[in-house]
Amino acid sequence: MQLTDKLKQTLDYEELSNCMRCGFCQPACPTFRETGYEAASPRGRIALMKAVADGLMEPDQDFLDQMSLCLGCRACEPVCPAGVHYGQLLEQTREAIAETVRHPWWVRMIRSIVFTHLLPHQHRLYRAGRLLRFYQRSGLQKLVRRFKLLKLLPAHLREMEAILPEGNGTPLTEAVGTFVPAEGERRGRVGMFRGCIMDVMFHDTNVNTVKLLARAGYDVVIPPEQTCCGALHAHSGERPQARELAKRNIRAFQAAEVDYIASNAGGCGALLQEYDMLLEDDREWREAAGWFASRVRDISELLLDAGGVTPLAPIQRRITYQGSCHLRNGMHVTTQPQRLLQAIPGAEYVPLFEADRCCGSAGIYNLVQPQMAGRLLQEKMEHVSRTKADILATSNPGCLLQMKAGIHRAGLEGRMTAVHLVDLLAEACREKE
Amino acid sequence: MRMLASQAKTELKALLGEAYCLDKPEALVAYSYDATPMQQALPDLVAMPKDTQEVSEVMKIASRYKIPVITRGAGTNLCAGTVPVTGGIVLVLNRMNRILELDEQNLTLTVQPGVRTKDIHAYVEEKGLFYPPDPSSMTVSTIGGNIALGSGGLRGLKYGTTKDYVLGLEAVLPNGEIIRTGGKLMKDVAGYDLTKLLVGSEGTLAIITEATLKLIPKPAVQRVMLAMFADLTAAAKTVSEIIANRIIPATLEFIDQGTIRVVEAFKLIGLPTDMAAILVIGQDGEQEAVERDMAKIAEICRQNQAVQTRLAHSDAEAEEVMTARRSALAALSRLRPTTILEDATVPRAQVAPMIEAIQHIAEKYRVQICTFGHAGDGNLHPTCMTDARDHAEVERVEQAFEEIFAKAIELGGTITGEHGVGIVKAPYLEWKLGRAGIELMKNIKRAFDPDNLLNPGKMFAKETRKRVVIDRAADR
Repeated sequence: MQLTDKLKQTLDYEELSNCMRCGFCQPACPTFRETGYEAASPRGRIALMKAVADGLMEPDQDFLDQMSLCLGCRACEPVCPAGVHYGQLLEQTREAIAETVRHPWWVRMIRSIVFTHLLPHQHRLYRAGRLLRFYQRSGLQKLVRRFKLLKLLPAHLREMEAILPEGNGTPLTEAVGTFVPAEGERRGRVGMFRGCIMDVMFHDTNVNTVKLLARAGYDVVIPPEQTCCGALHAHSGERPQARELAKRNIRAFQAAEVDYIASNAGGCGALLQEYDMLLEDDREWREAAGWFASRVRDISELLLDAGGVTPLAPIQRRITYQGSCHLRNGMHVTTQPQRLLQAIPGAEYVPLFEADRCCGSAGIYNLVQPQMAGRLLQEKMEHVSRTKADILATSNPGCLLQMKAGIHRAGLEGRMTAVHLVDLLAEACREKE
Repeated sequence: MRMLASQAKTELKALLGEAYCLDKPEALVAYSYDATPMQQALPDLVAMPKDTQEVSEVMKIASRYKIPVITRGAGTNLCAGTVPVTGGIVLVLNRMNRILELDEQNLTLTVQPGVRTKDIHAYVEEKGLFYPPDPSSMTVSTIGGNIALGSGGLRGLKYGTTKDYVLGLEAVLPNGEIIRTGGKLMKDVAGYDLTKLLVGSEGTLAIITEATLKLIPKPAVQRVMLAMFADLTAAAKTVSEIIANRIIPATLEFIDQGTIRVVEAFKLIGLPTDMAAILVIGQDGEQEAVERDMAKIAEICRQNQAVQTRLAHSDAEAEEVMTARRSALAALSRLRPTTILEDATVPRAQVAPMIEAIQHIAEKYRVQICTFGHAGDGNLHPTCMTDARDHAEVERVEQAFEEIFAKAIELGGTITGEHGVGIVKAPYLEWKLGRAGIELMKNIKRAFDPDNLLNPGKMFAKETRKRVVIDRAADR
């Protein structure tokens, strides 16, 4: 099928028409602010989609590039007075593109490895994690660096190699089991969503999440059958695969009979919470998807509902926070992480100017659009360094890696560290004990 | 649509550079619309000059090849003022976005046209100064667009509108010549007032490339209050009575029930959705005077059967109320796919009869019209929620609005208070101006732009709509 026809099929025309072109989205859009170009704004992109659907233009290379340039941060959604679901329109567009446009062979290869052969298979990810750990610990990494083999990579990938956390091949369920009982008064039963890459690259954050939840009074179940959330798939146009992953997760958590589903990654959480929209045309799964979506909570919400994390050892540091776009614009979690940080005794919380603006990470955006991502990161780090904070907290693994890269690039290493909010709280908890 | 001579294209690309002279389909689509519903037309070229000199050069080329030029800022206007109906060049001025000078001796600010209105506010308020015009689109719109359309805003009642704050302009004429009008002067009667003529000229006379704005000291305090009414007419009468009591509030906004409900659904701020109307009343100035005015206003509201009055207790609370009001139009668009907003304006003493007439007309044509607006200055925004695909309904909407325009003129008002004429109001302009008035304006246009290159197809319609005769008796 041709892209034009496919777009006409996948795009929700009603939703396109709901954009009244008031332009209120534009000040919130990072790519519009960088370029000042109407087509690089949400209003412009919707106009392009509608123009294709109306037969006013062909979906040419410029069209494809413009859809790729969008970060998908969805900062346009909360400010849209007409309530247009821009993220949905973008994913529908990308789905049509993914199904009809033939990428260069190497992009096809990467997409196939990542989306089909890696992310949906948790055991393969653990094996990759063990490989990474071997690379980092065996001296191989040192060797590679000494012989400057990394020069073969583009600069932004070299940077990523430098800040990659230590890989881990131990599944969360091996570290803590599949059930951790609540401490003290019981508040409910939480299913822990461990994520795919999260469990390999940020194993300790997952362990800490489970501990904090149990401490806050939740029974924590970790259904081992769960899989990748499908967010990277959906954002890249692989919605059919995302739907299959969604079904596996719904089945796993329904069997576990949980009250809540906890996420510690805004990027995953936002899609988990939108499983109902992802599966709305699937009669068989629609109801179960609604059950699942209504139970998804960010870790910060669950902790605050339980009265916060207490007691904590004082942290005599200056702390700032860079928000996760999908946590805020997708899950509508706006102030909870900051409130948890402000409650840390001894810590001085300094708000980050434009903490609600994308850092440029945006899933795999920083890998495929290094130029725009680099501009956004540079601006971000200017604001970050002005806070003079010692600790930069985030609540999504992609943002965390990007912030680490930013600190590396800005030469702030040694003066500032980037951490996941959960790890910071867990550390203060441990020290109290 | 006329095809742009390829020679002209080559010259323009050489002048501006490939990156700022675009004719790819993506760019043509992106600059084919503004915030006006149901209006779209593709230009032949999008040009983004970086300074006055480049604007002048573009105009020299355009006039040599007789190519229409449509100047555009942020594209937030509601009269299709920047839709390139005749094709040609869309001239985007948002690269010219520098604040050039703040003169604290003369209290003026000199800016390029692409500066965002909101950024002007932030910039001058930090220095204790104030630029009052505050159109609802101000977080997006540019000052050049505000000047070209003569934008109003919520503070129009007390402070006036954009036209009252433009002291001087630099502009490029269709032949490429650069003129300067006015200056940092409060008094200047040297010849015709070209500054005022260009304000609100909708890009049909010249291209504004620089503006000197008047600033005033920032008021010390601002207070906002809500007054709720179970009866629509009582609310409208309160508006007239506040003014009759010699109080000029900084804002005096009217929101009807339909609007309240959608605004509240968009931003949960605790507006009472069971009320027939709410007045948002704001005052600014010295603390003592503001407190006195607000107390007096509250009393007038109660005398006019206000069910409740509520004073915002913090700046944050006040800002929320004002933001909700500013979002009214866009929030209304959630109800139906197409939202048509008009701005019929009447002398403020006629607000009550006008609101009643709007309700009557909506019922008559079986269309849904919510009304909000700057009731203090008589500028109402009857807003119709419809669906452009339902042609029968859209036709009834048009008839309803025609009758609303006619009613506004009958009450001594006008067809547009702050949105401009553009394409959508052009067929009704003669109703307001009369034939002689239109002819005079056309002659002014010819004097500036003999080849009709600047924003053709706007302001003057090919044909004036037949005047609706309102005969209430016949309706019954």
